[in-house]
Amino acid sequence: MSDRDGPTAAPADAGGALVRAFRAERAAVLATLIRYTGDIQIAEDAVQDAFESAITAWQRDGVPDNPGAWITVAARRRAIDLLRRERAVAGRAERLAELLRLDERGQPAPSDPDEIVDDRLRLIFTCCHPALEMPARLALTLRTLGGLTTGEIARAFLVAEPTMGKRIVRAKRKIADAHIPYRVPAGDELPGRVRGVLRVVYLIFNEGYSASEGDRLVRAELCDEAIRLGRLLCELMPDDAEAWGLLALMVLHDARRAARTDGRGGYVALPQQDTSRWDPDRIREGLTALNRALRLGTPGQYQLQAAITALELRGADRGVTDWARIAELYATLGRLSPSPVVEVNHAAAVGFAHGAEAGLELLRPLLEAPALERYQPLHATHAELLRRAGDAAGAARAYERAITLSANTVERAELERRLRALPAA
Amino acid sequence: MPEYMLLLYAPAADEPERSEERWAELPLWREVTESLREAGLLVANAPLHPPTSATTVRVRDGATELTDGPFATTKEILAGYYVLNCADLDEALRHAARLPTARYGSVEVRPIMDPGAVPTTGQAPAPGR
Repeated sequence: MSDRDGPTAAPADAGGALVRAFRAERAAVLATLIRYTGDIQIAEDAVQDAFESAITAWQRDGVPDNPGAWITVAARRRAIDLLRRERAVAGRAERLAELLRLDERGQPAPSDPDEIVDDRLRLIFTCCHPALEMPARLALTLRTLGGLTTGEIARAFLVAEPTMGKRIVRAKRKIADAHIPYRVPAGDELPGRVRGVLRVVYLIFNEGYSASEGDRLVRAELCDEAIRLGRLLCELMPDDAEAWGLLALMVLHDARRAARTDGRGGYVALPQQDTSRWDPDRIREGLTALNRALRLGTPGQYQLQAAITALELRGADRGVTDWARIAELYATLGRLSPSPVVEVNHAAAVGFAHGAEAGLELLRPLLEAPALERYQPLHATHAELLRRAGDAAGAARAYERAITLSANTVERAELERRLRALPAA
Repeated sequence: MPEYMLLLYAPAADEPERSEERWAELPLWREVTESLREAGLLVANAPLHPPTSATTVRVRDGATELTDGPFATTKEILAGYYVLNCADLDEALRHAARLPTARYGSVEVRPIMDPGAVPTTGQAPAPGR
């Protein structure tokens, strides 16, 4: 089974038009073709072949007025050929008949914009189906909706390309063999499934942003792709407050991407960041998305996290941070979706707002939990609060613990710098 | 409509009070099974005798080898099965979740291969496709 990737190079403006069409149209054309063919692999091969034939055709005949429609027609014809050969597809005869009917009428693309929206939503829900293992959901979403190549996805997740290729092929086979439906879930199922989709996008962003291994603090392409997916989800589900909350959260973090590392690749903590290196467009987009989310009046974890991030950004920009308000938001977040990450951050915010002792009080039970023994941020926060409480020796021990647990060299360098900056005990 | 096999795995050895609980669930089993039959989804279903009654057959170098016992000894044993005709995986998963075993054991949902799906070149369906 082939798993070929996007068009590589085509000279002159035909090439430029092709690259633009590829980015803009691929997911939509693919999503519609999956509905017609009922098979992701056939649809992918057909779209791929259509883009390849476009290279020659557009150079020969010029770029068509509507490149997307051209690609759709070409991909549909190719899908007819492929479907004729592939006998294992369920409902093949009906699908072929429908495709031939569309082809005869020469209808370039689904004329109804709602239909395109629905197809992309269907594709998202299928790629993020809970019957697929999480790594497969991430990979498949990046591949079909993001248009990333298997090689790009493999590099982003630090796995070998054949491994990633197998993961993607296996997921596509499971979708076909187990008849994972190609539809937007209805009724009771919908809210849970929407949360699942948002989680996939959030994990893609996190994977890019926090890069727990390796030397690069940000794997930018994953962040960019997650943000693109986040915007798409807002476009497709404009009444979902958490979709807007997630978009806000991602762009507000991403706004600081450039400022998070110095010229030598060192980590720069938020209070020390050069705010002029923040991306004002991203911040504006983030705040707009957050406001839109809050107006919808259904609170959720992404909105809370985005609101916290917005307060942190404002604090760093103005030199005064409203830690008391941030602590409140973390407390609410902890009730909504309890996790050690939230509890550690809550303790830090309380420590900054109401004195290091108050924060240390909240950390105490966490430090006793065996499950968190190897949780680096817990020890880094512990160190920071001990330093503020004037316990340099205790802070040094906690920093050393955090340093041994850090898998990220940039982060480790920052912890070492803080350790050296402690007053001699 | 695709067919799915629901494989019911239950914890092996049961304490007596547990097995009483299981017997008490009998009306629930009947109810689920009846509703599947009425909906026209039920192809077949049956409980299985315990794995101690199993014989495993292997043919190696032309010789048939028999093993007294199940293919694999595990904490959870295959206790029964349903074959259902469902529109898609979501429907099969919904019904799997209704079976009492799902609460104390697990239910594996496996799509059954369509015998009409003849392999074609380039798409060599390995066992399992």
